[in-house]
Amino acid sequence: MSFITGVGLTSYGKHEGSSSLDLMSQAAQLAISDAGLKRSEIDGVLCGYSTVSPHIMLATVFAEHFGIKPSYAHAVQVGGATGLAMTMLAHHLVEAGIVKHVLVVGGENRLTGQSRDASILALAQVGHPDYEVPLGPTIPAYYGLVASRYMHEYGVTQEDLAEFAVLMRSHALTHPGAQFHDAISVTDVMASKPVAMPLKLLDCCPVSDGGAAFVISRERTGEAGVRVRGCAQAHTHQHITAAPALSEFGAEISVAKAKQAAGVAISDVRYAAVYDSFTITLAMLLEDLGLAGRGEAAARVRAGHFSRDGAMPLNTHGGLLSYGHCGVGGAMAHLVETHLQMTGRAGNRQVRDASVALLHGDGGVLSSHVSMFLEQVR
Amino acid sequence: MSEKPADWTTGAEAIVYQCCAACGGLQYFRRSFCVSCGAQNSVEKRASGAGTVYATSLVCRAATPETRAHVPYNVVLVDTFEGFRMMAHGDIDLCIGDKVTARFVPFAGRLVPHFEKAE
Repeated sequence: MSFITGVGLTSYGKHEGSSSLDLMSQAAQLAISDAGLKRSEIDGVLCGYSTVSPHIMLATVFAEHFGIKPSYAHAVQVGGATGLAMTMLAHHLVEAGIVKHVLVVGGENRLTGQSRDASILALAQVGHPDYEVPLGPTIPAYYGLVASRYMHEYGVTQEDLAEFAVLMRSHALTHPGAQFHDAISVTDVMASKPVAMPLKLLDCCPVSDGGAAFVISRERTGEAGVRVRGCAQAHTHQHITAAPALSEFGAEISVAKAKQAAGVAISDVRYAAVYDSFTITLAMLLEDLGLAGRGEAAARVRAGHFSRDGAMPLNTHGGLLSYGHCGVGGAMAHLVETHLQMTGRAGNRQVRDASVALLHGDGGVLSSHVSMFLEQVR
Repeated sequence: MSEKPADWTTGAEAIVYQCCAACGGLQYFRRSFCVSCGAQNSVEKRASGAGTVYATSLVCRAATPETRAHVPYNVVLVDTFEGFRMMAHGDIDLCIGDKVTARFVPFAGRLVPHFEKAE
């Protein structure tokens, strides 16, 4: 058994003058304090990567910078799925008795530490160096390809996709830490600058500075009980050229295995935290996970199903699309928000019932998937 | 294992794929072994350049000065007549399902495959 005993999250947006290590440290201190622990009690560290400050040993660089001497530490790299992959590993590490308290941390000054072109270029390298990258694709282009095919197969429209951007923005409006606080409409999304059609600027998550962290422990450290109920991964390909048919994408495989590991059904889920690098990512993943029928996710958004007061509140902090995306920390914010909801600390964003949550992360171009169920324990 | 024949990734006007002599498996990303069965006697073949459009994305925001000079450009996935999928460029008006044929055009200092509607 493992518990998420503390969470920490900075605001996302511009943190002028903060390094990746600074942002990681801020989030780490928040998470450790939230767990009611002392730094010296952290005996495991898992961290992600920083495209701004790459290092072959980031976890030990961080541990030294932060001032701890863990008995277990290394970095993990699975693109956007890194946060949940680290959480899954931490869960198994504490269950196996290897460590008591694992600090999972990600943070990056991706917005102010490098040019937007440098970010786009660094991320495009998830493409094949010989057979894709020379064609000048960008991450939005890889997802634009996915979007064009998904829209073709399931009759999804650009206006449908825009609904997800509007929903995430409406949620971000209620979170002071979100990068964006201006309301947007479907018309605004449709009129935003074309990036990689069918995706336009407001279909894409921003580049942000920020940091997020959690502590995963063998026992509770306070009254709040949020338990990892079960989790699983699936890795079907790296490059979009080598991806399986849309009907065989990895999210379906990982969620099926996670349901089995957790012994829960989708009908048990009360809160969803789903990776949303682009509007198409969120639309597809919701349908792959079984949170909406094929081609029906947008209709559910319009009906309020995924709103704070809906039947399946989704990314109530605003997601990558509107809270922001600072790399590894980006999707970790989804788990922080889930924890706040499950412990009744989400303030004006609090949902009625978050007793069982489904989290899903995606890395690459729908390449690597991690699905996880969290459960509230009284 | 035969020598790698020149293809567009090395500046020649050709699309090359591998066919496993043991299991018949096809692969586009070149390797020294068959990704299906592991055999090391794949045969290099030259593709006809014919195919069908699987997906498209019109890139309007590029990340380098070299590629920015070409915007907008259409990045496409094509299911080739031979049976493998590849990424390439294509005419801007291509639609999913269109039958296409490849030519080769300069792009950002390289030669890249570019599909247009078949006659």
